[in-house]
Amino acid sequence: MSGALLDVDNVVRTYSGGLLTRRRVTAVDGVSLRLDAARPEIFTIVGESGSGKTTLARMILNMIAPSAGTIRFDGTDLATIRSSRARLAFMKRVQPIFQNPFESFNPMKRLDRYLFATGRRMAGLSDTTAIADAADTALRSVGLSLAEIRGRYPHELSGGQLQRVAIARALISKPALLIADEPVSMIDASLRASIVNLLRDLRDRLSVSIIYITHDLATAYYISDRIMIMRHGKAVEAGDARTVLDDPQHPYSQLLKQSVLSPDPQHRTVGRQGGSSHA
Amino acid sequence: MWRTLRDLLRFNRQFAAGIVLLGIVAAFSCLSFFSPYPPNDSFVVPPDVPPSWAYPMGTTSRGQDLFWLLSFAIRNTLLFGMVVAILSRALALVIGLVAGYSGGLVDRALMSINDTFIVIPLFPILVLFYFVMRDHMSWGLLALMMACLGWAYDARLIRSVALSLRTREFTQTGIFSGMSTRQILVEEHLPYVLPILFSTTMNNINWSIGLEVTLSVLGFTDINTPTIGVLIYWANQHTALVAGIWWWLFFPVLLVVMTFIGLFLLAVSMNEHIDPRSRLGRS
Amino acid sequence: MGEPVLVVSDLRAYYRTSAFGIEREVRAVDDVSLTIEANEIYGLAGESSSGKTTLIKTIAAAIQPPLEVLGGSVVFNFRDRRVDMHGVDRQHLDAIRWKNLSYIMQGSMNVLNPVRRIRHAFVDFAFRHIGKPMPLFLAVVREHLERLHLAPEVLDAFPHQLSGGMRQRVTIALATVCRPDFIIADEPTTALDVVVQKSVLAMIHEIQRELGSSIIFVTHDMAVHANLTDRLGIMYAGRLVEEGRTADIFRAPRHPYTAHLIASLPRLGDSAPKKGLDGAPPNLAEPPSGCRFHPRCPRATERCAREAAPMASLAPGHRVACFYPEPERSA
Ligand SMILES: Nc1ncnc2c1ncn2[C@@H]1O[C@H](COP(=O)(O)OP(=O)(O)OP(=O)(O)O)[C@@H](O)[C@H]1O
Ligand SMILES: Nc1ncnc2c1ncn2[C@@H]1O[C@H](COP(=O)(O)OP(=O)(O)OP(=O)(O)O)[C@@H](O)[C@H]1O
Ligand SMILES: [Mg+2]
Ligand SMILES: [Mg+2]
Repeated sequence: MSGALLDVDNVVRTYSGGLLTRRRVTAVDGVSLRLDAARPEIFTIVGESGSGKTTLARMILNMIAPSAGTIRFDGTDLATIRSSRARLAFMKRVQPIFQNPFESFNPMKRLDRYLFATGRRMAGLSDTTAIADAADTALRSVGLSLAEIRGRYPHELSGGQLQRVAIARALISKPALLIADEPVSMIDASLRASIVNLLRDLRDRLSVSIIYITHDLATAYYISDRIMIMRHGKAVEAGDARTVLDDPQHPYSQLLKQSVLSPDPQHRTVGRQGGSSHA
Repeated sequence: MWRTLRDLLRFNRQFAAGIVLLGIVAAFSCLSFFSPYPPNDSFVVPPDVPPSWAYPMGTTSRGQDLFWLLSFAIRNTLLFGMVVAILSRALALVIGLVAGYSGGLVDRALMSINDTFIVIPLFPILVLFYFVMRDHMSWGLLALMMACLGWAYDARLIRSVALSLRTREFTQTGIFSGMSTRQILVEEHLPYVLPILFSTTMNNINWSIGLEVTLSVLGFTDINTPTIGVLIYWANQHTALVAGIWWWLFFPVLLVVMTFIGLFLLAVSMNEHIDPRSRLGRS
Repeated sequence: MGEPVLVVSDLRAYYRTSAFGIEREVRAVDDVSLTIEANEIYGLAGESSSGKTTLIKTIAAAIQPPLEVLGGSVVFNFRDRRVDMHGVDRQHLDAIRWKNLSYIMQGSMNVLNPVRRIRHAFVDFAFRHIGKPMPLFLAVVREHLERLHLAPEVLDAFPHQLSGGMRQRVTIALATVCRPDFIIADEPTTALDVVVQKSVLAMIHEIQRELGSSIIFVTHDMAVHANLTDRLGIMYAGRLVEEGRTADIFRAPRHPYTAHLIASLPRLGDSAPKKGLDGAPPNLAEPPSGCRFHPRCPRATERCAREAAPMASLAPGHRVACFYPEPERSA
């Protein structure tokens, strides 16, 4: 195989609706994508709510198994990862960032715990100073430092800071791939800009590939190299981000682009009669 | 933890009252270590003496000093309650957390066992158990048996909390930080379950003491180890009430009631104070 | 214009915690006053942790320790009654909830009970208020779900079987199915794709217009404010710093923080980097002296470090808390 970092081949995931409803839901329906090992990139997935983006991300993270199709990471089929050692080795290279920074850490526990656990278990360090160094280096690459974070609880930090800690934690094991599922949807525009800049910076400086799931087409346009648009479990359009967003071909992509609300009260698209046309 | 306890003592009347009641009972049970007589010796003092300075709680028809005998009895009863509570809490905790965390098949299997234990009738089982074991019946065995019967309801409670913890993102963060399942259950999930554990402990002690007393009074336990129930059993055997030896029944019952109320107050006040909703938020 | 529906005056709510004898106060809402008219959508925006959620929690009287209300009042004038939210007992509040006032909490998609089907949530909250027999009630709910682009099957699902956006729409449906007079919504559309978001906003707007109800809509997504709200309040570090008609604020923001916020809006097609605000967000346990924005403010002077500017009217209906507001720009 020529250097594919991630090769998702025609994966399908169905959920049986439980005991009562016999209906099966096909959350992901034959999606393929491929990331190149030699060329780190930001690959964005946008799409309808409920179109299977989170399900796809969870399959790539090996949290759930595909019903059909294969996912290979670095040439290894994820289905063959069974032993806990193999799982650790995999998690070392692929790390998640979650949507809600306030939920990403246990509110009753100190934040540094997660950093140190990652250093010990994932980066394989055993010496406490080495672990602290690794944590500090990771925090510095997101514009924080261990001195600021040590001993603090999640509620003592702002959402943006927490999200950076979450990213720093993911970076400690020096992963090749980050899966970020709506990492900025809970934070305000100003912090959003800094997180998005950070992701871009990680790609350029640390050569980390990033799968970035979002509903925010503006940031997607701004940072991504390639984009995939999903609907009903299928990829309806994929390609170079700028090309696709500048000139979407599929009707759903066009609808998506049209539906972006403009931050301009003079061009309201949500029906509004009277009231606020400017004087 | 200690701060919570201090605050509770200071601000919560019910909690303070519960602690005082239990404190008295516990102190009394500690007196057993200074007893001049071994608990099972009879006719060491004159029988049927009403409460007096020499015998503060009177003596029994079997010539035992009720004061000292009762200190043994309450000690055994409390110990019994605690052993049952600890064993059954451990079971409930492990089964509840594992079921909730693993979900799927494991969860379904564990919960069907759990439901069986919820629906089987306790009392007949325990009586049956007595008739089967008869000569080998001992307090430890009974405690073990009751622990096996007393975890199911609380395990379900703990499981429902664990089930919602599993879907929270920080559990995933733990997994991807390389924490082991044991570490996630013990370090991440346990703190959320502790409040439930505390308050159910009190209820469980109450339940097991109540059941033990009932069984003993009816003679379905090892009647040679003095517990509150066994004491009442002997009093009934000697028709103490008819003979006018009221103190033989009065003091054991008083002590049990104090224990019940004390535990009940603790359970209630803890429930109020450690309501997970006020602690689990972002605070 | 009649009497305002909601009058909040000098509201002050702090998180008070004491740990190891050290008292800590997080001044999440400090001296906020605002009024909301009938038939109006009022938007609330601001930095993360500027106290937006805390403000509306106090307005909805959903107060739990360590949050404490230290001063001020919140008075609602519903169609059929007048309620002082902090002077009324629990039973009264329960009577108002859902029927007169409904509150969509932030992240409420995570508060659906994980071991109960969605159907039960609707029955628990809304059945009493709708007052129809069960089959009719369920028909109403189904129809309502359809307006939110949800299939009726979600009623039989458990929360974890739904995607984030679906759960969020379920909570919106819960809050709107009884058609309350007043809706408080905290970040209700953050997990939705733009197509669905647009139709959900349209639905909220439609319900609002049909009933002439009022809405407080909290979100950090300025594009949503631009498209939905009539008036906009901007919060910074626990204080309201600017308030005015949405169009005016977007056209000519007067407070330096608002100006930054508007300037940093991402637009589709931009590829120039946007900068975040310099400096650290304020620590509300020890807020900066004077104007809380002064350490990060390009226009700050010595005076700003000493005293806080009160909210003052610059133009009719446009209030700003700044000594040196940005100059008025013409459209
Ligand atoms: N555990 C589950 N059991 C049954 N169905 C599920 C389960 N998890 C997800 N689904 C279904 O799979 C579909 C895709 O869900 P998914 O969470 O992947 O969507 P998404 O694209 O991430 O949406 P959003 O943008 O709203 O987060 C949905 O229809 C959902 O109902
Ligand atoms: N339970 C709590 N205990 C102590 N402090 C708290 C608590 N909840 C919130 N805070 C603090 O109160 C401040 C205001 O928080 P709030 O949730 O109101 O912000 P917000 O404007 O809604 O932010 P976001 O946009 O991130 O939702 C923050 O500094 C936060 O850390
Ligand atoms: Mg999702
Ligand atoms: Mg908030």
